[in-house]
Amino acid sequence: MIFLWAFLIGGLICALGQLLILKTNWTPARILVSFVVLGAILQVCTVFEPLKKFAGAGVTTPITGFGAGLVKGTFENIDKYGFIGIFTGGLTAMSAGIAVAIVSGLMIGMLFKSRSK
Amino acid sequence: MDKAEYAAYIKKITPKSKVWCSLLRAFIVGGLICLLGEGLNALYKMWLPNYDQTQIGALVSSTLIFLASVLTGLGVYDKIGYFAGGGSIVPITGFSNSITSAAMEFRKEGIIFGTCANMFKIAGPVIVVGTAIAMLCGLGYFIVGLFL
Repeated sequence: MIFLWAFLIGGLICALGQLLILKTNWTPARILVSFVVLGAILQVCTVFEPLKKFAGAGVTTPITGFGAGLVKGTFENIDKYGFIGIFTGGLTAMSAGIAVAIVSGLMIGMLFKSRSK
Repeated sequence: MDKAEYAAYIKKITPKSKVWCSLLRAFIVGGLICLLGEGLNALYKMWLPNYDQTQIGALVSSTLIFLASVLTGLGVYDKIGYFAGGGSIVPITGFSNSITSAAMEFRKEGIIFGTCANMFKIAGPVIVVGTAIAMLCGLGYFIVGLFL
């Protein structure tokens, strides 16, 4: 059942992004940033965790999951380590994704040339 | 014709069905990417029973990021993006695509000053804003915690 909800909820979030592109002509960077902020807000309002239980990758795969993960990691590290957690939590939680994105971007950038469109 | 009139004109001549069609395409492709994420999640859970959900989640995102990066290199992701619009931008794969395509685009300016310096041209704001907002929320959470 979680597969169905992952598809439906994930699809809806992406359709919302498409709606923003059509109606506001925002750039992709701006859309990504808005969804990260949305995810962070949902996490702070404690709405994100129940959504995650319900739809799994449907909410964590869209970039909203990145914002929520940053906030979640920050809060967890504050609970564990106190004050220093404010600075260490967010990027620690998201480190795998960022590291893989950097290294694979570098690798592919070195291997392939940009094709002309 | 001023800007507002032009916008109204564009709105008038853009067929409505096209809007619904592109929303549907974004929905399907975005949904499928999330479904793939959920599938990987189930697979990793089976293979790595002593990983907790946070680690499994990190592994799933990393896989999707790597896949999207390779597909971008092969020129496949751009084709998916042309078809799906927001469906390929909003998932974490879109974040990866923006990094890899910038890395490829600036390769001609050299590896260090081209690729390395420009990789985060589009994805940079995401990390900057995300980190800033997480820190701000964390500060609030810490201060509230002091009084509870």
